[in-house]
Amino acid sequence: MTRTPLRPLARILSARAAGENPDVIERENLAQRHEVIRDKARARAEGRLLFLGLFFFLAFSAIGGRMGLMAATDPVEPKAAAAGTQILAQRADITDRNGRILATNMLTHALYAQPKVMVDPKRVARELAAIFPDLDGPALERRFTDGRSFLWVRKVLSPEQMQAVHEIGDPGLMFGPREMRLYPNGRLAAHVLGGASFGAEGVNSAEVIGTAGVEKAMDARLRDPAQGGAPLALSIDLTVQATIQEVLEAGMKMMNAKGAAAILLDVHTGEILSMVSLPDFDPNDRPNPLVSKDAEPGDSPLFNRALQGVYELGSTFKIFAIAQAMELGLVTPETMVDANAPMRWGKFKIDEFEGHNYGPLLSVTDVIVKSSNVGTAHIALQIGGLRQQAFLKSLGLFDATPIELIEAPGAKPLVPSRWADITTITASYGHGVAASPMHLAAAYATIANGGVAVTPTLLRRDVPPAGVRVMSAEVAANSVSMLRQVVTRGTASLGEVEGYAVAGKTGTADKPRRSGGYYEDKVVNTFASIYPANDPKYVLVVTLDEPVETSGPKPRRTAGWTAVPVAAEIIRRTSPLLGLRPEIEIAPADEVTAVSAVAVEE
Amino acid sequence: MRPVLFILIFASMIGLGFWAYRENYATKDALDHVEALQSEIATLRESLTLQRAEWAYLNRPDRLRALAEANFDRLGLLPLEPTQFGTVAQVATPAPKLPFITDPVDVIGTQQPQEDFP
Repeated sequence: MTRTPLRPLARILSARAAGENPDVIERENLAQRHEVIRDKARARAEGRLLFLGLFFFLAFSAIGGRMGLMAATDPVEPKAAAAGTQILAQRADITDRNGRILATNMLTHALYAQPKVMVDPKRVARELAAIFPDLDGPALERRFTDGRSFLWVRKVLSPEQMQAVHEIGDPGLMFGPREMRLYPNGRLAAHVLGGASFGAEGVNSAEVIGTAGVEKAMDARLRDPAQGGAPLALSIDLTVQATIQEVLEAGMKMMNAKGAAAILLDVHTGEILSMVSLPDFDPNDRPNPLVSKDAEPGDSPLFNRALQGVYELGSTFKIFAIAQAMELGLVTPETMVDANAPMRWGKFKIDEFEGHNYGPLLSVTDVIVKSSNVGTAHIALQIGGLRQQAFLKSLGLFDATPIELIEAPGAKPLVPSRWADITTITASYGHGVAASPMHLAAAYATIANGGVAVTPTLLRRDVPPAGVRVMSAEVAANSVSMLRQVVTRGTASLGEVEGYAVAGKTGTADKPRRSGGYYEDKVVNTFASIYPANDPKYVLVVTLDEPVETSGPKPRRTAGWTAVPVAAEIIRRTSPLLGLRPEIEIAPADEVTAVSAVAVEE
Repeated sequence: MRPVLFILIFASMIGLGFWAYRENYATKDALDHVEALQSEIATLRESLTLQRAEWAYLNRPDRLRALAEANFDRLGLLPLEPTQFGTVAQVATPAPKLPFITDPVDVIGTQQPQEDFP
């Protein structure tokens, strides 16, 4: 390009000749030159801006496009992922304390239908009704033809049923894989396990959720992926549970009871080795019984008597009043107390069983052995209502038990809101305060554990938790010794099991009427036992609902005749299974008798 | 010199391309193998779960009890009793071993001809 000089000679000369200022020409030329430079620079800057804009646009659209693509595609498992990823068994197994399976999963299939692609809905409905007798053929056909495009037919199929459905051969019938909860032991520990059902359902999988018992209470733990499907070990011992169930069922029939419950507790760890409630059900096929309005909740087989059966537990409570009085230093086992029946308190009359009178004076040990209401009442009055409440609370008899069942928080003991003197009296022998067998077992375990409170649990514990001391070891030992005498020379004489030194207390309570008052001939019999008495290891509580023993001339409804023999048989059968060696007292008396017998013969 | 360099570079390009091609397919094969193995593991795990369930089902206490009763003639199984606990003293200890015999003694009665009979 030709460069225009700032001061072109020709123009300058002519300007000078004309007498004008030649500098004007120079400025004019300079201005023109700057204009050209500016135009060039602008064009270049615009080009750069355009280029950068284009670059950013492409970069952002590439990133955006990739993000959109990733969001729109289905997630794919990385092929080269590390091995050991848990694909199956999304819900953890439940095992007993020795690792035997109580609940596991099984792969099965669900059946669904897509009527839009069905070839012959009429025939399909007819054949399905033939395979599944509980399906209604005509109703199914109506649902296949009313224009819907999807419907579930069955939630789970057995392999045989699946094959039969395959053989119908209609493209509108589809199978979706399902993980089903399986309880291989059937009715065993049904109330502990509860049951499971399907939650959110999809075609390819369904969520398995617990509906009751430990399945529901521990639902989060069982489904936690962080646990990697590690089985949940319960404290239940399968063998012991089966034995107790068998014995209790036989005992319930023999005693004509309508229900029964038993709890076996390890007193040092608080582990529940067995919890049986009868009648029971099969958790694989959890029933949904329609209990009529006037029926008691206890009539349903789903009712867990051991935990939810909140009844007045009768004389089994007496040992708590006596233990507290000994702890407070009010009495010793040998102290004589007033036991003159009937006792009058205001407008109330306190009687003994069948109108007996064990008085006028009875030692504290004999109050327990003979199960004297009046003697216990006098001791309770010495303790006083406030201290009595505090003690019963420390034994856990006022709160729901903390065990890992969804029903546990709902089973709260019934405690009167106003604690008058008469309540102090009646509560001391187990009336006016209602608790479940589970509460009773925990309270007895505290006595058996040397006075240190025991928290019952359904999960296996390797280390016993530190408990609070409720009473001194000496008081606990004295209480156990009194309970031992109940069996050796008191109301529970049928509870003697050779070699196991059973200690325990019977309790007979009348059932309350719905309309108020009590039934004459309906009782709840309880036997709470601790064994072996010299070194307590286990607590067994047996409860029978409305039992009656009819071998004698007149029907007998006291615990000593019904619950005690059943408990004795349970102890005899389960102790060897628990590895508890009987301690046969080798009585030198036998030799003396033998020698004297020989002497007599001579 | 330059053409030789070109040819060498070209040849190595082809060589590397061939190697990359083979590696690519080998990797894909390995991934397929891993996938097959993982699905096999899943199947085996599934059958393991099923067999565990089956084992638990076949060993349920109800069934074992019924079987013990049905085969009582052959097995004679009864529930465990407290009386079945023994003590160590009741276990027979094995008899002590005889020491090595160095000086044999004749234990069969022999008779010396000159002895008198009683």
